[in-house]
Amino acid sequence: MGITRRQFFGWMGAAIGSQVSLHKDANAASNKHFTGYPGSMGVLHDISQCIGCRKCETACNKVNSLLPPERPFDDLSVMDQKRRPHANTYTIVNRFDQPDRQLPVFVKKQCNHCKEPACVSACFVKALKKSKTGAVVYDDSLCVGCRYCMIACPFDIPAYEYDNPFTPEVTKCTLCQPRILNGQLPGCVEICPKEALTFGTRDELIQIARQRIKNYPDRYVNHIYGEHEMGGCNWLYISNTPFADLGMREDLGITPAPQLTSGALAAVPVVVSLWVVFITGIHAISKRKEQMAADEKQADVGRVLKSEQARLTETVAKLKEKAKEEKEAAVKREVKKALDEAAKQARKTVSDPKALKTPSETPHTENQESE
Amino acid sequence: MAHPTCQTKPVVFTPFNIICGIILLIGGVITILRFTKGIGAVTNLDDNNPWGIWIGFDLLCGVALAAGGYVTCATCYIFGLKKFRCAVRPAILTAFLGYALVVLALHYDVGRPWRLPYPIFFSQGTSSILFEVALCVFLYLTVLFLEFSPAAFEWLNWKRARYVIGKISLVLVIFGIILSTLHQSSLGALFLIVPSKLHPLWHSGYLAVYFFISSIFAGMSIVIFEHLVVDRFLHDKIDEEHDIESRNVALGFGKTASFLMAGYLMIQVIGIAIDNDWKYLGTRWGLWYLIEMIGFVGLPAVVYAIGVRERNLKLVQWTSFWTILGIILNRLNISLVAFNWQLPLGQKYFPSWMEVMTTVFIITIGVVFFKVIATRMPILHAHPDYPDDH
Repeated sequence: MGITRRQFFGWMGAAIGSQVSLHKDANAASNKHFTGYPGSMGVLHDISQCIGCRKCETACNKVNSLLPPERPFDDLSVMDQKRRPHANTYTIVNRFDQPDRQLPVFVKKQCNHCKEPACVSACFVKALKKSKTGAVVYDDSLCVGCRYCMIACPFDIPAYEYDNPFTPEVTKCTLCQPRILNGQLPGCVEICPKEALTFGTRDELIQIARQRIKNYPDRYVNHIYGEHEMGGCNWLYISNTPFADLGMREDLGITPAPQLTSGALAAVPVVVSLWVVFITGIHAISKRKEQMAADEKQADVGRVLKSEQARLTETVAKLKEKAKEEKEAAVKREVKKALDEAAKQARKTVSDPKALKTPSETPHTENQESE
Repeated sequence: MAHPTCQTKPVVFTPFNIICGIILLIGGVITILRFTKGIGAVTNLDDNNPWGIWIGFDLLCGVALAAGGYVTCATCYIFGLKKFRCAVRPAILTAFLGYALVVLALHYDVGRPWRLPYPIFFSQGTSSILFEVALCVFLYLTVLFLEFSPAAFEWLNWKRARYVIGKISLVLVIFGIILSTLHQSSLGALFLIVPSKLHPLWHSGYLAVYFFISSIFAGMSIVIFEHLVVDRFLHDKIDEEHDIESRNVALGFGKTASFLMAGYLMIQVIGIAIDNDWKYLGTRWGLWYLIEMIGFVGLPAVVYAIGVRERNLKLVQWTSFWTILGIILNRLNISLVAFNWQLPLGQKYFPSWMEVMTTVFIITIGVVFFKVIATRMPILHAHPDYPDDH
């Protein structure tokens, strides 16, 4: 095994460390519930009051020192097409013609300044932050330009300066954060001639919206858009027309965006910790199996060797035994033969003394014995 | 260190070199345009479609197809299947080049590429899945570089460095598997945050698991397919062991991939059932989804199984190509096709020719580097000094 205990503890330490350091605020399964910064500000957009004068667009352009538009702000035919915020345009007003009514409905579109914004949770350098004033603010000194905030935003708000080669920025409504901090109203709210925009704390605005719906139940749809959408926004809407007919999606759900990814993030330290255990475990098991196979092989070889050796010894012993027996038999046979011969000779000598001779076979027998 | 085959006089104007040269030239021009005129000058990206093929193909597919590295390492060194050893180095090299090119592509895609180290060293947005992605890319690229380095050290004959890196190789393998698990899955998790923008058939709480599991059979398929290509074009660099074992690698990985793809289909069905998305199957999006799942996962899984049963190497190799197409289709569907599915067709994104050329340019750089390295370093053959350590 190539892993020491010290290495193992080192990895476990790193895994636990990452768990503690990276995920201190991922409450994946706690019952804590963020209700928004207390006293945070927002805007209530009463769609039924908007006349589509584009004054808010003008003011936005001015207070944010944006470039003048291609077509002037008093050209209302711009609204013949549905628009969205772009790099030089933080807010736009869209017109929705209603088939059953003479007057069209106008809706202002800008950043909704979510309570728990998707863009903020998606930003991997914290260039976007939720301010305690309620504004979602952007710091271009940190932005890498990955545009994941634009992917993440369910309202299609952040835009990008694609044609700026060296210092491109993500652009969006700031809720006029500098003006709020100065005690001023957001540019669009200040200029609105019809009071279609109301600035206040989010809690106040919800009360106002409820009151209006209660006072004029025939005029308003009984829904405050932004109260719960994607966990709630600091920009709220009430309308005389169903929101779905005004290009405002009602299928976004009420889950705050950070909760959509917190489970996956919370799994990271768990995977790190367990994978170290599983992978080293599997490695150890396969090593052990290898070792066991090798040991078994060794043992088998040893056993076979031993039994072969025993068999060999036995065979040799048997052969020796056999050879000994054969030898003894041969000796006996030769001795008998010699005795017979001698007896024959003796008999012959008795009858014919001239034929007396030494037996020639005896040395031959000795030769056989020595073999 | 030169091989006997390199002794002949090199021919500069081979078809390969000419085509590569032209692509690199065009890519160079587009690169200048991109960094002087901005992203808008060369891409069709807009405020509704902030990610194009540089993310959908170069990043998502690039990483999925680099999965061969960790899959092969795990098979060989963790599960202890030594027969796969010959596939390790080519897979590591492919993974290393793949990740390096992903980082290169990111330099084109992000607005201020010189700030790419920010999320790691300067301002950590830990609540972002993209932070996890960035951290994993950074760490895993480092690990892959170290895992690749033995081949370079052997080639340079730096025995001391080779010895030191050999000592920590198992740690690197384990670290690499953990990082790959997280990185592959986090690319899927990137899209968890957009349930309203990604079509319900592709969006699921299991996205991270889908990406991880599909990366495993993507990695196996790329290893099988890569050998087909290498065998055709770099045959003289392959030694006997690689030649013999690559058949077992293809059949072994083909079999495993077939099972994994069947399992992947099962969890896709579970995903549909959990979100109750059955109603979408009857729509045109449903048809497209079924084409992806049946035509590019189910069928290749069956053909893999047949190929392995009949020991038909060619069939397994071409199925690996089919599977790779399926992975590319899946990643493009999630990042581009089924993303922003509710946008009117006129506002949907289609890449500009310059975006496509940039991608081709980056792939070409990868192919050239692979060829340069594989013809010189001991990638497809063992180094004579380290016959067993390969």
